[in-house]
Amino acid sequence: MMVMVTLLFLDVSGTLHHFLGWTARIQFLPALLALNVVVIVALVLLTLIFGRIYCSVICPLGIFQDIVSWIHGKRKKNRFTASPEKRWLRYGVLALFIIAFIAGIHSLVALLAPYSSYGRMVANLLLPVYQWGNNLLAAIAERVDSYAFYGVDVWIKSLPTFLIALATFIIIVVLAWRGGRTYCNTICPVGTILAQLARFSWLKVYFDADKCKSCSMCTKNCKASCIDFTTHKVDYTRCVACGNCLEKCKFDALHYGHPKAAVQPIQPAEKPDDARRAFLVGTAIVGADVALAQAAKKVDGGLAVIEDKVPAKRTTPITPPGSVSAKHFAQHCTACQLCVAKCPNGVLRPSSDPQRLMQPEMSFERGACRPECVECSTVCPTGAIKPITVAQKSSTMIGHAVWVKENCLITTDGVSCGNCARHCPVGAIMMVPSNSEDDTSPMVPAVNIAMCIGCGTCEYVCPSRPYSAIFVEGHEMHKEI
Amino acid sequence: MNNDKHNENKVGKTLSRRTFLKALGLGTATAAVPAIVSCATGDDKKGPQQEPPVGKMTYRENPKTKEKVSILGYGMMRLPATNGTPFGRSNDDKMDQDMINKQVDYAIEHGVNYFDTSPAYCMGLSERATGIALSRHKRDEFFIATKLSNFTPDTWSRAASIEMFQNSLKELQVDYIDYLLLHSVGGSFNEMTAMEVFESRYIDNGILDYLLEQREKGVIRNLGFSYHGDIAVFDHLLANHDKYKWDFVQIEMNYLDWKHAKEFEPENTNAEYLYAELDKRNIPAVIMEPLLGGRLASLPKPLARKIMARDPQRTIASWAFRYVGSFPRVLTVLSGMTYMEHLKENLCTYCPLEELNDEEKEFLYGVAEEIVGYNTIPCNDCKYCMPCPYGIDIPGVLTHYNKCIAEGNLTRDRNDPDYARARKAFLIGYDRSVPKLRQADHCIGCGQCVSHCPQRIQIPREMQRINNYVEALKRNIDRGLEA
Repeated sequence: MMVMVTLLFLDVSGTLHHFLGWTARIQFLPALLALNVVVIVALVLLTLIFGRIYCSVICPLGIFQDIVSWIHGKRKKNRFTASPEKRWLRYGVLALFIIAFIAGIHSLVALLAPYSSYGRMVANLLLPVYQWGNNLLAAIAERVDSYAFYGVDVWIKSLPTFLIALATFIIIVVLAWRGGRTYCNTICPVGTILAQLARFSWLKVYFDADKCKSCSMCTKNCKASCIDFTTHKVDYTRCVACGNCLEKCKFDALHYGHPKAAVQPIQPAEKPDDARRAFLVGTAIVGADVALAQAAKKVDGGLAVIEDKVPAKRTTPITPPGSVSAKHFAQHCTACQLCVAKCPNGVLRPSSDPQRLMQPEMSFERGACRPECVECSTVCPTGAIKPITVAQKSSTMIGHAVWVKENCLITTDGVSCGNCARHCPVGAIMMVPSNSEDDTSPMVPAVNIAMCIGCGTCEYVCPSRPYSAIFVEGHEMHKEI
Repeated sequence: MNNDKHNENKVGKTLSRRTFLKALGLGTATAAVPAIVSCATGDDKKGPQQEPPVGKMTYRENPKTKEKVSILGYGMMRLPATNGTPFGRSNDDKMDQDMINKQVDYAIEHGVNYFDTSPAYCMGLSERATGIALSRHKRDEFFIATKLSNFTPDTWSRAASIEMFQNSLKELQVDYIDYLLLHSVGGSFNEMTAMEVFESRYIDNGILDYLLEQREKGVIRNLGFSYHGDIAVFDHLLANHDKYKWDFVQIEMNYLDWKHAKEFEPENTNAEYLYAELDKRNIPAVIMEPLLGGRLASLPKPLARKIMARDPQRTIASWAFRYVGSFPRVLTVLSGMTYMEHLKENLCTYCPLEELNDEEKEFLYGVAEEIVGYNTIPCNDCKYCMPCPYGIDIPGVLTHYNKCIAEGNLTRDRNDPDYARARKAFLIGYDRSVPKLRQADHCIGCGQCVSHCPQRIQIPREMQRINNYVEALKRNIDRGLEA
């Protein structure tokens, strides 16, 4: 599952989401935000029957912690001890989360949501490494005249988000290294919610007190620290049904099943897990080598220096077509960065605004929101960006272009350029004489607001640097033409 | 066994070497001559792939000085950079002086004695590099050709132009120039006609008189001009031949431009006319663009096959070189040989030159007819248009487009079974050869480049046409695909 979610983020070809998109959609919080009743009901039933198996099998962050913990376990065996539930912390975080959710403090919600945290880590930390690897392959492909791989831009899209992802990564690795599932059982709000259901789960791990020799192996191998072998008690709110204890018990004293019935213990699928982990560790090492090799190569033409554009200051941020309105988007987006990772035109990047921290917004220094592309709307698991067709997109106004006369080439260089008008995909920009009395006066662009959809092509191709002479102002509410 | 070995010598090695070089990226690094060295002359004992022979160079006589000029002239416009690409692809490029020295030495050793440079070439560094390489040889071993490249109005004053000429002597470390050219007459500038520009550059400031004086003094041994563009200037200068006594004239000539220069740009003039005018007046012709910046070496596949099928042991480029060499009035043929492989290949062609017969020329004219049908853009990657003030990589965009035509990656029809593959190759190749912000969509159409282009390509128009094509591919729509 983790591999699939990770691949969903890493894929540069834009084809995998057809096959793997569901892995993001069955995540608890995205499904909740998308009001995906089928998934929510299924997850509730799953937990009521099997316990918090969601945390072991579906949640990529959970599996990630298991891998970290497993690596430590290789070096230091039997390292866990039973610990009491840290109620104040768990429920405190959950309360905070619910308050933030209701109050609309989206950055806090995004910060605590497990799938979002995982997405951020992959999009900010692993994706660049993967892309460098891809670019190396692309460079090799170029050498042998193959078009099997193509290069992609690698850049830090937002420093705050990058730093948050880095901090999350460090915290989670440290917690998992030291205490296994500490994060899941003290911080994760989804874990705490599912814990309430898991209390009553039909199947659970239970002791056969007659067979137990109090050897303590179960407790020492419980990454959730929820088994107390002395009292034969399992804290079901924290047990993620991983089955490690069952495997470690030499005396067949632990069973997974309905406590009253004599149910055969289910053998946890440990083997594929091993393979999965080995694969990930392997790719991480290969990725690191690749990144080093790539750093040495430089590409540029012997040409005029192109100054970087400074992103325009927009009063209203632009959200992608399909996001309905700024409000809808803010309420539904968990800032998982999947759309940011997927945007093939370098348009989406996480916001650095404290109000919308890490939630994506659009800007057009590296590309425009291309008319044929609806990538973000197809991958969004939470419904923050609703699925939209190319035809719908071309008639959805997400913003409108604004001309800044002071920056325009006609003012700065005395050159009539017209690049914005020439490239406008909807023909909303027209070149008109700068002096209405004089038809021969230099031509300047005029934006027909009624037709402009805010795709940013004009802003992208505007030659004025560093400040674009035409930029898109976002709309609070998207409109159909 | 013997048989096998024989075969391998004949064809196998050439092919495997080519594949090998291609894999190394040498063969594909530039649109220029493929890096194959084959000196097959039909003599089986020699076999292909040997080093070019010493002492076999074909020479032509300069009618005035009676000096022998090698039919192969070394063009110093496409010198190598230390990173293995032609100089000027990147702002960090450094001249590979060691390689330039080595190649110049090799060329001289094999009989090349004509070296053509200009103060404008290689971002202004060509003369110095040429001077360094040649200063290591005796002055009577080589002829230097350089130009008065006073293109921009701030160099039109008498003082600035004379300074430019004096600086050439200094950079080249010589006290006389063997061949001096008025550089690229026939170009227009903004609103000025080509004739007005010519007069501003050479007549109003008295510079042509100055150069004639220098010829009297022997500082310039031969005076001529290179021509591109408006035929009025060419005709004017030749009409005044009695007055100026041109010792040579440099023209663009190859089997495509012989009859088809006009078809690309109506204002251009066919080489057939230019050569005939010189021939009529007994003026030696120095030939530039014999290979059109490599375009005649990397032909569309069916044409490449056609030429190779005639003689698998000759390279495609060698046909273009033999073609121009076959005209008796040609003094020397300039080739911008970036790599040692280019040099060796051309030496093989010209040591000695086997002239084409009429039937072979007709064969090439047939190829030319077909090239015209492919609608390539006549860009020879000379970089005169660069740098574009708005950062566009003009030659990069145009050569990518041409390359796609040559490789069959230009598709006009979405129902073409090959459409998906060709689309991918075009778009991915586009991003690879030109960074996004330097692509055609960023051309604002200011037109500042147009007057610099010796081929008179309507660059803004072509940029828009290519961008429309790219848009059609990206959106998967028909509109723009036919462009």
